[in-house]
Amino acid sequence: MVIEASGICKNFGETQALNDISFSVEESEIFGFVGPDGAGKTTLFRVITTLLLPDKGEMKVLGMECISNFKEIRKNIGYMPGRFSLYQDLSVEENLQFYATVFGTTVSKNYDLISDIYSHVEPFRKRVAGKLSGGMKQKLALSCALIHKPRLLVLDEPTTGVDTVSRSEFWEMLARLRHHNITIIVSTPYMDEAMKCDRVALIQDGRILSIDKPQQIREGFSRKLFEVKAAEKYRLINALRKYHNILSAYPFGDSVHVTFKNNIYDESLHEHLVSEGVKNAEVRETKAGIEDRFLELMEK
Amino acid sequence: MNNKVISVHNLVKKFGSFTANDNLNFEVYEGEIFGFLGANGAGKTTAIRILSGLSKPTSGEVKVAGFDVYRQPEQIKRNIGYMCQKFSLYEDLTVKENITLYGGIYGMSKSVINERTDDLLEKLHFGEYKNRIISDLPLGLRQKLAFSVAVLHNPRIVFLDEPTGGVDPITRRQFWEMIYETAGRKITVFVTTHYMDEAEYCDRVSIMSDGRIVALDTPAALKKQYDVESVEDVFIKIARPIPHATLKNNPPAPLKGG
Repeated sequence: MVIEASGICKNFGETQALNDISFSVEESEIFGFVGPDGAGKTTLFRVITTLLLPDKGEMKVLGMECISNFKEIRKNIGYMPGRFSLYQDLSVEENLQFYATVFGTTVSKNYDLISDIYSHVEPFRKRVAGKLSGGMKQKLALSCALIHKPRLLVLDEPTTGVDTVSRSEFWEMLARLRHHNITIIVSTPYMDEAMKCDRVALIQDGRILSIDKPQQIREGFSRKLFEVKAAEKYRLINALRKYHNILSAYPFGDSVHVTFKNNIYDESLHEHLVSEGVKNAEVRETKAGIEDRFLELMEK
Repeated sequence: MNNKVISVHNLVKKFGSFTANDNLNFEVYEGEIFGFLGANGAGKTTAIRILSGLSKPTSGEVKVAGFDVYRQPEQIKRNIGYMCQKFSLYEDLTVKENITLYGGIYGMSKSVINERTDDLLEKLHFGEYKNRIISDLPLGLRQKLAFSVAVLHNPRIVFLDEPTGGVDPITRRQFWEMIYETAGRKITVFVTTHYMDEAEYCDRVSIMSDGRIVALDTPAALKKQYDVESVEDVFIKIARPIPHATLKNNPPAPLKGG
């Protein structure tokens, strides 16, 4: 086990940032924490990286107890905090050199580990980090977090504010790091990124709602789910909510996802929609995504 | 919905020798939810600054809410609203003070401001928060308020920058319902975002790459055209640049003296 957490609690005044958090992460896993801003993701990552003491509970990282072995743990983890972690007024290569030196290694020693990522930034190696684009900063920050060949990589919202193309490249890079026996924990507010992890924990208000493989989480959706499409979405949503047999109705992209109280498709829905002025509505059964399941868990 | 609220013809914007917007052509209609997508550096911000009357094109014709961007930028500013996720409300002012401030900036009279404030607080079920400062509000409520304030003066168009980033899935849906409701009142909603699942909620989306609009259609039509499951996959097919020349196995030279 690379991380074993049990019963972690952390309060800030009245706010319960972490409420009885337990989970474990295995070697070479990509483990995601998926939840909105304010769910407790950053607080949890600060406990894992030994930067914050929990009020209660036990945290073991790389087999070591967090409080007594914090120095040893820090040598073996790479941490990319949510806010930009680089020195803005140092150049790209100076940043990398700096991180290598702090961890008592050299850039050339572990270059093979980062070459895949750093090659994207290398053409700008003389540029100061503050003048890089979002995607480039992210790649440089990842290179810096990896340069001492950590056993555990901790990435706090690495893709926030980064464009789609850079995001998809970033996830491909993480997938390749697995071959170097690096365990990765990563947080994100974006549900679609959950599918790219081996396992995910859905987190909300300091609690873990569910931990599983992303596919299993989707399949955990307990009801039959239907998508309804019509031209006037707002009218459609309101009409659906008025119908007696509707249990839930949420907009989802170009459709509305609906469940029925009796959990079977109700033929007379069409009539109701027409009477509410919704024309040509299309209904079909659909598969729940991870966000459907998150919504279901939040409602419990 | 065939009334044009934004019309852009042959828009070019250059900064020195760099062409940020390279001959853009598009129209946005009344009450439409329009997604304006593109990678970092594609030229979106430049175009939005022009559409909001903050910057003038190098050449081309641009009309927003019926006003010309060269001659009538002040009228444009009065007829648009803007909300971005990072900053929209003054954190150390109360809910009511923020509403009053924005109403005042848009030149609304005191009585209209008071009336709309009451409506708004009731609609959002915000009564108890009226005199609380913004920094005490949960993120979801802040975002809903920021959006309501951005349309307080009934603009023709509201610009939203990553409106639902970082909020929980339920709040996010409530927010989209507010957007639908607004579009239903014939206010055009112009959304920019990096998150393609937000794009799926739009009526039409455009995708910019290297200063040009390279795709413009409904999400469903684009997915069909590119034979993919999501707008994200459309975007990646269109916008993914040619990979950098590989510099692998070629460690950087050490720093001088380092």
